[in-house]
Amino acid sequence: MAFLFAQFLTGLANAAALFLVASGLSLIFGVTRIVNFAHGSFYMLGAFIGIYLMEILPGAVGFWGAILLTGIAVGLIGAFVEMVVLRPIYRAPELFQLVATFGVILVIQDLALMIWGAEDRLGPRAPGLRGVWRIFGEPVPKYDIILIAITPFILFALWYLITKTRLGVLVRAATQDREMVGALGVNQAWLFTGVFALGSALAGWGGALQLPKGGADLLMDFNIIGAVFVVVVIGGMGSLPGAFIASVLISVLNVFGVTYLPQSTLVLMFVVMAVVLIIRPYGLLGREEVAGEHGQVGAPETPIRPYGPMGQALIAALLLGLALLPLFVDQFMLILTIDMVIFALFAASLHFILGSGGLVSFGHAAFFGGGAYAAALLVFHTDTPMELAFLFAPLAAGLLALGIGWFCIRLTGVYFAMLTLAFSQLVWSLAFQWRAVTRGDDGLVNIWPSEWLSGTETYYYFALILGVGGILFLRHVIHSPFGYALRAGRDSPRQAEATGIDVKRVQFVAFALAGAMAGLAGGIFVFAKGSVFPTELEIAKSFDALIVVFLGGVKTLAGGVVGAGFMTVVEDWLTRLEYWRLLLGLVIIAVVIVMPEGIVGTLRTLWRRIRNTDEETV
Amino acid sequence: MLSVERIHSYYGKAHILNDLSFEVRRGEVVALLGRNGAGKSTTMKSVMQLVRPKQGQVVFQGENLIGQPAFRVAKDGIGYVPEDRRIFTDLTVIENLEVGRQPRRQDAPHWTVEQLFEIFPNLSERRANRGKHMSGGEQQMLTIARTLMGNPSLLLLDEPSEGIAPVIVEQMAATILKLKAEGLTVMISEQNLHFARAVADRAIIIEGGEKKFDGSFKELEAHPEIRDAYLSV
Repeated sequence: MAFLFAQFLTGLANAAALFLVASGLSLIFGVTRIVNFAHGSFYMLGAFIGIYLMEILPGAVGFWGAILLTGIAVGLIGAFVEMVVLRPIYRAPELFQLVATFGVILVIQDLALMIWGAEDRLGPRAPGLRGVWRIFGEPVPKYDIILIAITPFILFALWYLITKTRLGVLVRAATQDREMVGALGVNQAWLFTGVFALGSALAGWGGALQLPKGGADLLMDFNIIGAVFVVVVIGGMGSLPGAFIASVLISVLNVFGVTYLPQSTLVLMFVVMAVVLIIRPYGLLGREEVAGEHGQVGAPETPIRPYGPMGQALIAALLLGLALLPLFVDQFMLILTIDMVIFALFAASLHFILGSGGLVSFGHAAFFGGGAYAAALLVFHTDTPMELAFLFAPLAAGLLALGIGWFCIRLTGVYFAMLTLAFSQLVWSLAFQWRAVTRGDDGLVNIWPSEWLSGTETYYYFALILGVGGILFLRHVIHSPFGYALRAGRDSPRQAEATGIDVKRVQFVAFALAGAMAGLAGGIFVFAKGSVFPTELEIAKSFDALIVVFLGGVKTLAGGVVGAGFMTVVEDWLTRLEYWRLLLGLVIIAVVIVMPEGIVGTLRTLWRRIRNTDEETV
Repeated sequence: MLSVERIHSYYGKAHILNDLSFEVRRGEVVALLGRNGAGKSTTMKSVMQLVRPKQGQVVFQGENLIGQPAFRVAKDGIGYVPEDRRIFTDLTVIENLEVGRQPRRQDAPHWTVEQLFEIFPNLSERRANRGKHMSGGEQQMLTIARTLMGNPSLLLLDEPSEGIAPVIVEQMAATILKLKAEGLTVMISEQNLHFARAVADRAIIIEGGEKKFDGSFKELEAHPEIRDAYLSV
């Protein structure tokens, strides 16, 4: 009993940092409607800056002073990021902002690597709080008790700020109707910057406060973001008390999980989230998101038409070029092209659900990696012939998408995005922790194609036929009645339902289809590489696809394919450099700000402008 | 005080305001009349810069507002009460007023929460209630009070009588006259000619985004054909 209580206390202590980070994310989301993926990066910055300041400031006063200063420093960094990166794009669609914050993650990762190096740092102990106190005979670290004591004050301070101060009133008003707040004389730009700075400062404080229990390393940003999303989704987006309850719930659960189910700590969190969302789709204390409530109605979509003769000729020429490619290039180029085709199909499947379906999925890697793992597991454990195992890839991924879709499709917007992300993390943690089956991060190796497909050239044609076939199939679906129904549901769900379309079911089927196609890409991938590792299921993989779709252009059909080609080449070139993340991050941010229509969209606009000026001069 | 000069405003490609010009002089109450879709709300939004006119000028107290952000326009002293009210439904009455609060201005009447509660006694009773629990009339009072918290020198009221019980409309008319007596300049948009005549000194009639009439109500009465052509009676 005493042991259980001590465990419970540890969980409560862990909740402090998690709550700080989650409340910051929630606050930023509430006002700016931006899901700040870089929030984990601010947490990481908090840890590194905290260590630095603790080293130069001596004693207990120095320790606590360092924590305080860290939050302020990270807050200022957050304000800078908001002004430079986000301010120009508040009116852009959600996805742009997400991609921009992802660019920020990459930049901060490499800056941290440059400044602090790759080594993990141990956090300094809090002066005067090094030992343990005995509670019912069980040792509990003194610092844990202090954290538990501090947390209610943090909650109270935040609650006071939000409910009792003018800033809080403005924040809540802006959460509901930013334009009206502006028309009443409040400078929204500064309000947003202030809120972003405050949210970032909270993340920074979280990073600094956890130092004596943990430390600082370069993986902290991604490691915490999953947990933070789970907390915010369980608690309800924008609800501070919800974030608090969920932080405690998740932290306590984690501590008990480590003791009793060490194999499933990561999975546990996502299972709890799934359960909560089945019972309460908008989180414990969340409010239903009403579509269009925040008034940011974008320009109407230009209808997508099948290509004219020009476009068809171009595609035919491209395909012919690809078919003849082995005659002209070396093996390395062929392998690179296979990568490109795989990526193009993966991106096209995401583009299908995102562009035509309007469903921003953050967890698409689950289906890519899921398909790859499904085939690999069959080959690895049962020596299934490659042909059969390969067929299993899209099938398993499609089934997985049916399962995940069943939970996710009921939600919309940010909740949908978060939930897909959480499920993909669940799949990832299965692959990572269920070592008996998946061999964890050792991965599954020796997954080669059958004899008749084993040459690079032969496999190239195999990949090309299936990859291009998959992409053409998706295009075909978009131009079929099913595609019309899907797009109708995206543009006006109510109108679509009034005309007799079962919007949710159409989306459900489309989601499964997109999953199956991503699985097909995963199948081609695993036999091309001969191995698969949990990295194929990571958040970063899902983001790669999102970035590619975005780079190519969301509103254009060719977007995914063009973006994938661009990305494969750029990545191949950039990864040879030491600080490629920094460069890639800057490129992404620049594209978001300068070419908000993506590559294809921008080219199209340019083309139209050229043609129009021609007509005018004539 | 306010001079709108030859503005053209658009929603996407739709041309809403066509070469519209008018003036509002200090101390007067002007009624902007016209049918649904005539461009009344767009005119107000074009002054506030919530809709950005593509051509023309909006000059307020000697300063051109074109291209300014809406919050700047509000800070310059123009108070805007939108047609659809847009109160913050999750906030209490007091909190709604707080959002509108701005420092006092030399050339405009100054309002405190208590003074506003005297003008709008219903709000006083409901000060701790959330916006979503209020009736349409109360919400309308709240939006006006909220805007007055900014101590504006010019008040733009977009269809204040719309969707409100007749008794409340009468109260509203009395309130507007009270505001005028305090020295506030007011521009209201209206479809209700009776209500407009009760509160306004002058009428501007627009149709299809163009000005059709600008003069006193006496002149308007002398030309019933104008009324019949551009107002639904």
